[in-house]
Amino acid sequence: MVDARGLLCPMPVMMVRKEVLATAPAVLEVLVDDPCAVENISRFAASQGYSVAVSEQGNDVKLELTKQ
Amino acid sequence: MKKVNWFVVLAGAAVGLAAVLLTFLGNPANMGFCIACFLRDIAGACGLHSAAPVQYVRPEIIGLVLGAFVMSVAAKEFRAKAGSSPAVRFVLGALVMIGALVFLGCPLRMVLRLAGGDLNALTALLGFTAGIFIGTRFLNKGFSLRRAYDACAAEGTVLTAVLTGLGVLFMLAPALFKMSEKGPGSMHAPVLASFGMALIVGALAQKSRLCMAGGIRDGILFQDFKLLYGFIAIFAVTLAGNLILGSFKLGFHSQPVSHSAHLWNFLGMVIVGWGSVLLGGCPLRQLILAGSGNGDSAVTVFGMMAGAAIAHNFGLAGSADSVNEAGQYVVGGIQTNGQMAVLIALAALLVISLVHLPKKEH
Repeated sequence: MVDARGLLCPMPVMMVRKEVLATAPAVLEVLVDDPCAVENISRFAASQGYSVAVSEQGNDVKLELTKQ
Repeated sequence: MKKVNWFVVLAGAAVGLAAVLLTFLGNPANMGFCIACFLRDIAGACGLHSAAPVQYVRPEIIGLVLGAFVMSVAAKEFRAKAGSSPAVRFVLGALVMIGALVFLGCPLRMVLRLAGGDLNALTALLGFTAGIFIGTRFLNKGFSLRRAYDACAAEGTVLTAVLTGLGVLFMLAPALFKMSEKGPGSMHAPVLASFGMALIVGALAQKSRLCMAGGIRDGILFQDFKLLYGFIAIFAVTLAGNLILGSFKLGFHSQPVSHSAHLWNFLGMVIVGWGSVLLGGCPLRQLILAGSGNGDSAVTVFGMMAGAAIAHNFGLAGSADSVNEAGQYVVGGIQTNGQMAVLIALAALLVISLVHLPKKEH
C-alpha cells in the first residue's frame, strides 16, 4: 500500500514508481487525494504494464494497480 | 505514455491565442500573460514597491485564480488543503520571483518571448531546463515538503477572496491604487477583455493541469510528455499570431522588455526552474492550485509578491536593453545587488533542497 494523501504531483507517482521498480508487485494499492495524481499514476501504471481500477474512498481515491 | 493529450494541447492553444489577443489589445509586447510581471505590477499598485513603471492591478491574475476556482468547484475537485511547509514555500515563492525578475519574465512569458523571436528566451529556456534537472535530482533523492492536510474552506479560498476583493476595490475606487503613467505598467488591454480571457484560461489550466515546469520535469523523470504538449501549443499558436500580426522579430537585441545579459538570463531561470520543481509547479500552476483550494500555493503566491517587492526595493530586477542619447546600444541586465541576489538565491535553494531530504537511517 502506498499512501500518497496530502502530496502533490509528482510526489505520488514517484512513490509508486519507487515501489514498482523495487518490488514489482503483482497488485499495488495506492491512496491519493489529488485528482492530478490519479491521472499521472494511471498513465505511469499503464506504461509499466499495469491495469488500474479507481474507486472513491470518502474524500480520497484508491487506485488498485494489477500487473497484466 | 506517448499518446498526445489533446485537451492539454487545446488549453495551450487557448493560452497562446489569449496572449496574442491581449498583446494586440494593449498589453506590453510578448507579455500577453506573465505571472511574475503581473504579480509584480499588483504588488506595485498596492504600494509594496515604488518602481513607478510597473504598477497596475492586473485583471489577468484575478481572472486566472477565479477561473480555476470556478472550474475546480464545478468539477468537484475543489478541496481545501494546507500545512505542507508553508513558510518554506513562502521563501521559495520569493526566490522564484527574484529569479524571474532577473530574466524579466516567468516561464510562461519565456515561451511567449521565444514565440516573438526573442532569442534571449532561448538562453533562459536552457537555464530553466537546467534548474528543473537539478530539482529532479533532489526529487529522486527523496526531497519532500511533507504532506498537506484537510483545512477549513476559508483556508482554501483565501487567495480567491483576496483577489476578488482587490478587483472589486479596483473597479469601485481605482484612486486607491498606484498606477504607472509610463512603462510596462501603463500598457494594458481593457479590463474586461483581460479578466474574461484570463477566466477562460484559468479554467482550462485547472482542468488540463497545464504547468510550464511540469512538462520538462515529467519528461525527465518519467518520459511523460503530456504537459510538454501544452507548452508546445502555446509556442506554436503565439508564433503564428505574431507572424500574422507582424510582431515577430528574431534576434537578441532590441527585444521588448528584455535584456541580453546571457549569464544572468540563464542563472535567473535556473532559480525559477529549480524552485518550481521544489514547489511542485511553475508560477502559473501555483495560481491555479491556490484557486483550487491549496492554501500552501496561496502562501507561495504571497511569497512571490513579497519577492517582487524585494526585487524592486533592493534593485535586484533586470533592466531592459536600451539605446542611449548618443544612439549607442546599451545592454541592460542586473546590477551588483542583483548578481549577489542570484548567488544567494542559488545557495538558499541548495540549502532548502538538502534539508528536506530524508534522514539517513543508522
